[in-house]
Amino acid sequence: MIELWNSLPVVMQILLKITAILVPLLLLVAYYTYAERKVIGYIQIRIGPNRVGWRGWLQPIADALKLLFKEVVIPSKADKALYLMAPVITIGPAMAAWAVIPFDAGLVLSDINAGLLYVLALTSLGVYGIIIAGWASNSKYALLGAMRSAAQIVAYEIAMGFALVGVLVAAGSLNLGAIVEAQAGSVFTWFWLPLLPLFGVYLISGVAETNRAPFDVAEGESEIVAGFHVEYSGMAFAVFFLAEYANMILISALNALLFMGGWLSPLPQSWVAGVPLLDDGFHWFALKTGFFMFLFLWLRATFPRYRYDQIMRLGWKVFIPITIVWILVVALAVVYRLPPWWSA
Amino acid sequence: MGFEKFLFYVFAAITVLAAGMVVTRRNPVHAVLYLVLAFFSSAALWLLLEAEFLGLVLVLVYVGAVMVLFLFVLMMLDIDLATLRAGFIRYLPLGVVIAVVMAVQILLVVGPGNFGAEQFPTPAAAAADVSNIEEVGLLLYTDYVYPFELAAVILLVGIIAAIRLTLRRRPGTKYLDPTQQIQVRKGPDRVRLVSQVSTAGLREEQGARDVAQSQEDGSA
Repeated sequence: MIELWNSLPVVMQILLKITAILVPLLLLVAYYTYAERKVIGYIQIRIGPNRVGWRGWLQPIADALKLLFKEVVIPSKADKALYLMAPVITIGPAMAAWAVIPFDAGLVLSDINAGLLYVLALTSLGVYGIIIAGWASNSKYALLGAMRSAAQIVAYEIAMGFALVGVLVAAGSLNLGAIVEAQAGSVFTWFWLPLLPLFGVYLISGVAETNRAPFDVAEGESEIVAGFHVEYSGMAFAVFFLAEYANMILISALNALLFMGGWLSPLPQSWVAGVPLLDDGFHWFALKTGFFMFLFLWLRATFPRYRYDQIMRLGWKVFIPITIVWILVVALAVVYRLPPWWSA
Repeated sequence: MGFEKFLFYVFAAITVLAAGMVVTRRNPVHAVLYLVLAFFSSAALWLLLEAEFLGLVLVLVYVGAVMVLFLFVLMMLDIDLATLRAGFIRYLPLGVVIAVVMAVQILLVVGPGNFGAEQFPTPAAAAADVSNIEEVGLLLYTDYVYPFELAAVILLVGIIAAIRLTLRRRPGTKYLDPTQQIQVRKGPDRVRLVSQVSTAGLREEQGARDVAQSQEDGSA
């Protein structure tokens, strides 16, 4: 088996690895939409989809087929090329960012030493899809959604970037694998504790960055119909949807990697080394990512939408000052080797 | 021709092409999007130079933030292309003269005499584990610390000037102050929390009552 693998050309190996990441990711996206409808259903004391397949398990497949066969309507005065390009621009970065996400020790497609920066750069590109979609639709609601999204993302990206600077200072590396290794120990040496304010800022900025409730003013269905994607139909709309959910999973995975120790076990290594299921491994990473994915749904079911000016206030006047102060605190803690995190 | 060279020519061609489109497109939004493409492919060129920090920061700062704000402003402007083009012929001669002078100046500075390939021997490739960020950081905060701080101060002055220029107080207008709004407390102010019984329990009770009712009806 390994001989067969090694005999393949390098390009072929990389393509196979990409498939091995993207196919489960897209399946996960499909069933994340199902989970969302079920979880929010139960939170609101409804049942959720339960007609297609056993307990509604085939609902995402039915939805995908329905959207595939629907017509993609292009508004008569739309900028046709940009209108069709916008969904592609949205989903491209959402998929490409997975190239540097480590799933287990050493299990990563591309182990580059600027991984964190790469993820941040790619997630900042996602906003172009929204802005271009809003502008190219030639519709006032779509344009309003695009404007809101642009202002919101610029504000929250600064807070997000600063939160990640804190992680960089604490770990001393931009490689996502090395960042996880720097948290080794137990649940109390993970970065969520020493970087608690940054963790909070990153978690909330992540919700804002993916345009999810309560920060979904770009969509705002009760105010501006559906915001940037009001004119989109069929598969073009579905691609926006896919990108949004892929981004949510990505942010959840990043939360798990940067602050919750990725694939590390919450128990000290000396207790669990070699014990199946308790030892470090992919399942811990999946569990933590799953928790944050659930959090996204929980937040959506719980909070009403933020008002636009309050979003701006929270981003600029609360989050950015918090991150700046805490970066200084972390820098001092690292320089003076505050135990137990930086005593070595 | 190695693969790396091939990549270089691909990205260089895209950069030049996109830059050309930026100045020739009539639609300003298209022009800005081509500028984004130009930035993006120059970031790829920097990656080929093994300057991954600069390349990614170019994408992060210019593509991810600055150009978003450009687009934001451009989409809100109502640019009338007819008035923009009206003076084209009248100002063409003067424009050509200025363009030629600038081109000569640029050539004098960045011509082959100063920046030609023979002036710069190919640097040895750094080892794979050399961190760009560490190198840039060390240089910025040791050798270039004063220019760096000066640049920061100039940017700060720019920020303050921009805020001062756009800040105008209009006492007559009504506007919401979110900082004051979130001060609302739940006792004395206008917020009242109502504790709501979960309807799940109610529904079960209702169901039990219905069952009891039907049993009664059956036995009657």
